[in-house]
Amino acid sequence: MTAFDLLRFEDWTDPVPAAEREVAALLPEDDENRPPVLFVPGLGHGAWAFAEHWLPHAAGRGYPAHTLSPRPGGDLRAQVHDVVQTAAALPRQAVLIGHGVGALVVAHALSRYPARAAVLVAPVLDGWAALGSALRANPAGALPALFGGRLRLSARQLFGSALPAERASEYLSRIAPEPRAELIRRFARPRPVGAPPVLVVGSPDDRVVARKALDRAAAAYGGAPLLFPGMGHDLMLEESWAEPIDAIVDWLTKQL
Amino acid sequence: MHDSPDLGDRRDAVCVVGAGASGLTAVKNLRELGFKVDCYERETAVGGAWNWRHDRSPVYAGAHLISSRPLTEFPDFPMPDTWPDYPHHSQVLSYLERYAAHFGLGEHIWFGTEVVSAVPTGDGGWEVTTQSTGGGSSRTSRYAAVIVANGHNWDPRKPELPGEFRGRVMHAAAYKDPAVLRGRKVLVVGGGNTGCDLAVEAAQQATQVWHSTRRGYWYAPKYVLGRPADQVNDRLLKWRLPLRLRQWLYRRTVRMTTGDLTRFGMPAPDHQPYESHPIVNSQLSYYLGHGRITPVPDVTAFDGPAVELADGRRIEPDLVITATGYRPRFEFLAPELLDLDEHGRPDLHLHAFARRNPTLVVIGLLQPDSGVFPLAHWQSVAAARWLRLRQSDPARAAAVQQKESARPLATWSRRRVVKTERHWFEVDHIDYLRSLESLLNQMEPSS
Ligand SMILES: Cc1cc2nc3c(=O)[nH]c(=O)nc-3n(C[C@H](O)[C@H](O)[C@H](O)COP(=O)(O)OP(=O)(O)OC[C@H]3O[C@@H](n4cnc5c(N)ncnc54)[C@H](O)[C@@H]3O)c2cc1C
Ligand SMILES: NC(=O)c1ccc[n+]([C@@H]2O[C@H](COP(=O)([O-])OP(=O)(O)OC[C@H]3O[C@@H](n4cnc5c(N)ncnc54)[C@H](OP(=O)(O)O)[C@@H]3O)[C@@H](O)[C@H]2O)c1
Repeated sequence: MTAFDLLRFEDWTDPVPAAEREVAALLPEDDENRPPVLFVPGLGHGAWAFAEHWLPHAAGRGYPAHTLSPRPGGDLRAQVHDVVQTAAALPRQAVLIGHGVGALVVAHALSRYPARAAVLVAPVLDGWAALGSALRANPAGALPALFGGRLRLSARQLFGSALPAERASEYLSRIAPEPRAELIRRFARPRPVGAPPVLVVGSPDDRVVARKALDRAAAAYGGAPLLFPGMGHDLMLEESWAEPIDAIVDWLTKQL
Repeated sequence: MHDSPDLGDRRDAVCVVGAGASGLTAVKNLRELGFKVDCYERETAVGGAWNWRHDRSPVYAGAHLISSRPLTEFPDFPMPDTWPDYPHHSQVLSYLERYAAHFGLGEHIWFGTEVVSAVPTGDGGWEVTTQSTGGGSSRTSRYAAVIVANGHNWDPRKPELPGEFRGRVMHAAAYKDPAVLRGRKVLVVGGGNTGCDLAVEAAQQATQVWHSTRRGYWYAPKYVLGRPADQVNDRLLKWRLPLRLRQWLYRRTVRMTTGDLTRFGMPAPDHQPYESHPIVNSQLSYYLGHGRITPVPDVTAFDGPAVELADGRRIEPDLVITATGYRPRFEFLAPELLDLDEHGRPDLHLHAFARRNPTLVVIGLLQPDSGVFPLAHWQSVAAARWLRLRQSDPARAAAVQQKESARPLATWSRRRVVKTERHWFEVDHIDYLRSLESLLNQMEPSS
């Protein structure tokens, strides 16, 4: 973990330019002063991936729910900037929930914004390991990406077998991953400011993030992962999407 | 909204004086480390200097930041990236209000309550007496520590000039709106950022404008090569260019942008760049060049309708605005607690930590070449971690204190400055943050 980060020459001399941000939000019927949650989608996914189930579900359980699409072509720094900007614009200290590469973005945003809490869902914190898994699970789709070509994800990689094939292929058609070289770099994990509680959620059957990677991620934040066997990488789009989000909301409610 | 705090004993809580930018970040960072906090604010709202509704606010209608947005915002709560490079003072206030709401700071602040005395109890604790500003009741509570964030830009420093003046004299602190300038002959005294802003406002409103400065300065523009000047300056600091080289670059940049102002009758600077608080103003030279501002030397006396100048000239303004700065004031503390000298200048480690009372810290008593908020934030983080370390590991705390007290002044304080009162708290933000970083690292758990 890197320690304090006082000298921010990059931000002072070359601030990230503003960009239009696509944010979807659902507010609960009555405001019970709960912290807002901000869902951050991963590679190739947009706000729609959370708008499908988790956003309305979180709002239904009383949490103001927001989700943000990554800016097109944005590098990691720009994505972190957008998450922090969106969180700081909320009326209260927010909970950050990132999925896949979105969890990497959240892990970095935590060093720039004292979140109320954070949840890393199937987190791709180590790009090399994720690339390795992708090559094993879908060599034909992943190999070209290594040489600057297109990355094609397959339904098998992202979803469990319970998701109807039709729905899987519909989702897949909306996913447009543009992997960036910097995501494959190994980052020194930045230290969160304000010491928020952090939960790692995933599935032992995820073909993008291996069980070992989940354990490592959770251990880095001083815990063990919360596991949902049988589910694929895209937990929020699976048939059993309600289980993980309910567990996350229960955990949140306990933390606050 | 909330019950009154348990009177008397708040022995494990920290008292914060003031809810301006510095007080707010102190409350937030102390809370983040788990401290109980009572913050007292004599005004009825947050924002301090930036709340123009407060009688003591020094901001005027036209005031914009001089430090650009990325160098002014708190490091963990950015201003909206859609805001301009140099936000208006009303935006800065709304930013501070949102900061307070976002982190739920309001419930720890007692508004309309002035701290009238803070006395150490001898066992590291404090007895703090507060009074409601309506002239109401006073009460005394015990605290574990006192964090002073009372600001140093509200008590006008007024020049003493011999003689009587028939026109109106006001300090810049009382200047709010350009309406008072309209159709008048105005003399602005003082070449700080306030004096320069007011000379420019007068140039747009008054019939005649004199600007009196007692020395020449380096007038930096707000933009260099299309970028905010402070952002360009930080590039030089990032490359760790030596001071001499930076001074040379500064002189060249000012020559190529603002130009040579002696041509208009301004005195040449009597010091090198970086030896006085930066003046950032792109419009002053413009109005000098248009003959709307007449530079004049120091004022020596008043004489009925006239003002006498150091060069023997006499001018006859209707209105004199003294933009001669502000004094720090700590009436609720005995002078020795801050090691005040006979001029009222405190001597604090890093301009923050009282040398003799480990549980007394001042936040925001700084004048950096950047925004104040980031420095006040990291001061607060350091203060909170310091207070925590004293509780958890007194031996380590003592060792840190010993090591810190040997830290050479020149590493964190501006060494060579024009020796006037306005430079008491002048710091270079990079040097200063490096010193705070080293202090923070020393206080890390050793594992
Ligand atoms: C015209 C002008 C322009 C400026 N422009 C910039 C700029 O561009 N960038 C920048 O970073 N800084 C600028 N500053 C500096 C400015 O002072 C700081 O930005 C900031 O306001 C400092 O905050 P503070 O909390 O330390 O002090 P303040 O804002 O003065 O707040 C102190 C608070 O403490 C309260 N208080 C004082 N004594 C007591 C007491 N005994 N009991 C209870 N409450 C008390 C006061 O009511 C006040 O609310 C400018 C200053 C001026 C005068
Ligand atoms: N964001 C903005 O636009 C903005 C605007 C205004 C102020 N500020 C900030 O607010 C703070 C205060 O600024 P300020 O301009 O009000 O005060 P200041 O920086 O203290 O400047 C005071 C000026 O008055 C002169 N002066 C002082 N006493 C004098 C005397 N007895 N006779 C003649 N001249 C005298 C000083 O001259 P010497 O140099 O010789 O001492 C100096 O030129 C600064 O940190 C400043 O950067 C920011």
